[in-house]
Amino acid sequence: MRNYLNIIVAYSIMMLLIILVGIFQSWSIALTIFNYCMISAVMTLGANIQWGYAGLINFGIMGYTALGGLAVVLVSVAPVPEAWSVGGVNMMTCLGIIILMIFSTRYILKNIQKSNKRNYLIAGVIIVGLILIKIIAGPAIEQIEAVDPAKTGFLGGLGLPVLFSWIVGGLFAAGLAFVVGKVALGLRADYLAIATLLIAEIVVSIIKHEDWLARGVKNVIGLKRPAPYEIDLQTSPWFINLVEKFHSAKLDLANSLSERQDILNQLVIDASSVYVKLCFAGMFLVVVIILLIITQKALYSPWGRMMRAIRDNEEAASAMGKNVVKQHLFIFILGSAIVGIAGAMMVTNDGLFTPGSYRPMRYTFVIWVMVIVGGTGNNFGAILGGFVVWFLWVEAAPIALFFINLFTAHLPETNEIKIHLINSAPYFRFLLVGIGLLLIMRFRPQGIIPEKIIKQ
Amino acid sequence: MDLINAVIVLLNYTIIPALTYGSQLALGAIFVTLIYGILRFANFATGDMMSFGTMFAVLLTYYFQSIGINFGFLPTALLTIPFAIFMMILYMLLIDQTVFKYYRIKKSPPVQLAMVSVGVMFVTQAVIRIVIGPTDRRFLDGEKFILKATEFKEMTGLAEGLTIKSTQMITIVVTIIVVAIMFWFLNKTKTGTSMRAYSDNEDLALLSGIDPKKVVLITWIIAGILATIGGILYGLDKSYRPFVYFNNMLPIFAAAIVGGIGNPYGAFFGGYVIAFAEIFLTYAYKRFLVYILPESLEPNSLMQLLSTDYKFAISFSILVIVLIFRPSGIFEGKRI
Repeated sequence: MRNYLNIIVAYSIMMLLIILVGIFQSWSIALTIFNYCMISAVMTLGANIQWGYAGLINFGIMGYTALGGLAVVLVSVAPVPEAWSVGGVNMMTCLGIIILMIFSTRYILKNIQKSNKRNYLIAGVIIVGLILIKIIAGPAIEQIEAVDPAKTGFLGGLGLPVLFSWIVGGLFAAGLAFVVGKVALGLRADYLAIATLLIAEIVVSIIKHEDWLARGVKNVIGLKRPAPYEIDLQTSPWFINLVEKFHSAKLDLANSLSERQDILNQLVIDASSVYVKLCFAGMFLVVVIILLIITQKALYSPWGRMMRAIRDNEEAASAMGKNVVKQHLFIFILGSAIVGIAGAMMVTNDGLFTPGSYRPMRYTFVIWVMVIVGGTGNNFGAILGGFVVWFLWVEAAPIALFFINLFTAHLPETNEIKIHLINSAPYFRFLLVGIGLLLIMRFRPQGIIPEKIIKQ
Repeated sequence: MDLINAVIVLLNYTIIPALTYGSQLALGAIFVTLIYGILRFANFATGDMMSFGTMFAVLLTYYFQSIGINFGFLPTALLTIPFAIFMMILYMLLIDQTVFKYYRIKKSPPVQLAMVSVGVMFVTQAVIRIVIGPTDRRFLDGEKFILKATEFKEMTGLAEGLTIKSTQMITIVVTIIVVAIMFWFLNKTKTGTSMRAYSDNEDLALLSGIDPKKVVLITWIIAGILATIGGILYGLDKSYRPFVYFNNMLPIFAAAIVGGIGNPYGAFFGGYVIAFAEIFLTYAYKRFLVYILPESLEPNSLMQLLSTDYKFAISFSILVIVLIFRPSGIFEGKRI
């Protein structure tokens, strides 16, 4: 129990902070923060598997997050039959060509010895394939995008339940990680960081500009939800009764019947939003707990010990007969898949897919700060990092505003510096997170909750 | 005649813009490569450091304009360069003393320094946004064009016009001057040679009595000059917006690695490789082909290989290809 004392204390402080937000701001805001903390925690768990367990630096988190989000669209949105009828055949043919290209490249790689001839052949296959795709897909894309562009203009999804997309998001991310891993994992650490950062940027730019796939920057809104809708709750009698019971004391204070009705309506509206967020919080909590159990088990299994050995001394581990390349690829895929799940969770939570919002600052670097701050190699630390940093990221503006007002209290309201500072309050989040990262790196490089190695 | 028109089209829409963009990237790439070669880490704060220097130039330009100082037909911003560089170098040295020095003395692995530079990136970005805000700012004044399309048409009687913006000319000329001075400094002076020695083999350099403190100081000074000038030239040519500068870090990294990281010549060349690839692959060749092909073969489509949306993606793809087939870059850089 004593071993876990610091973890329990740290988590209690975090929960207390969120509860304080609930009391001082509103419960709806507190729950929004809590949900996002949970999503961030899943992302940090994924990044922590790669960085903490294996020492692989992956700056491509944004790409996997976006792919997870794409999965939600492709799985849960109802298909658009008109678009399928005008362009479905062509697009499927293109998919076939891509698969054919992959297999013929593999065939060439296997059966022809390493030479210039092989390189030319592969280049030839790729160029011919790309030209074919351009010819076949070009007109089809135009037709698909012309189908009611204000509402659809894309192929749509499969119309399956949205929870299913969380798994698909993980699979998509795993697929991308397989390709990236094959290409980039041999590189030295900082090159790997740059390469993954740039590959993620390519993925996002494809999602942004291929409108037939997921409407690109036109966004997909009104995605399905695994939780009830506020508007349904507000009209269902059981929910109104529940709110009435819950707040009976407050309602009894009302003077007249109409006033009572007004108060009740307001309470129902507030409560419905809280209820929906609680549903999401429950689902996210289940995911976090399942992942935490699995990752904890893995970390202290023989496999986890092997990964640490590879991380700490690659040569020695490979001399002991461990296949370093294969294990690195495996763990890269595993971590990315978890990030993909988080991406799908986030889009489900928002109910909309906005490819334009994927930026490396928010989806790669902030996640990395979370991993470093929380504690590399420790799953509890990673989750805590997700909570702490996200909390700071969101609450930095109100905190900054409070201090600005405090320090400039003696200045008149019209003072230009004061106005300028108040207007730039949102940007203090960068300052807070940056300074936090620098301080942690300097004075506690192992993170808030450091890695713990159990000696057997 | 058609051939000349075709060449003019290419010059106007691809070659001159690519040279300009390439020069801007090249300055940034040399900055990245110097830091990588001598201080031995990938500096993720590159874009924001360039933005930081440019911020001072923008503010000073506004100040100069308000007190009535200008630079004739040249942009006022050119006058502010020395002051902006000075502030930039002060900021870089401050960061180095408070942040990077500790890890350098501890001989931390490069990854740790890269993570630290992410922290610096956050802080720099915050400072910029708090001081000047995230909005788009134009600070170009003076003559906008050296050669206007209509003037060119009148002069030569060709169907196609050639436009040269003054910023394009300034960018190319200033880049050539700065880079020439820098290469002269690195190759011909004693300090430059000691820097190269330090970059090649640190232990040996220390053994032969090179002062590491001086090398680091000079590196930051050169880096400050390059970052500020690169940033100001980009801001003059396009516009100043902090977010765009952060994004520019990515093609700059691509340029540095494609050229062979740690090798300043490679970085200089890499900047142009990336710029030309981006512009040539996304240019719609229809207008060009109309001139050189016989009428029967005239293309119907735009003849564009890739849509301009994929501009960045091209440079990254080049980088990935280079990393797979020649990880040390086109020119031999540091081994990976």
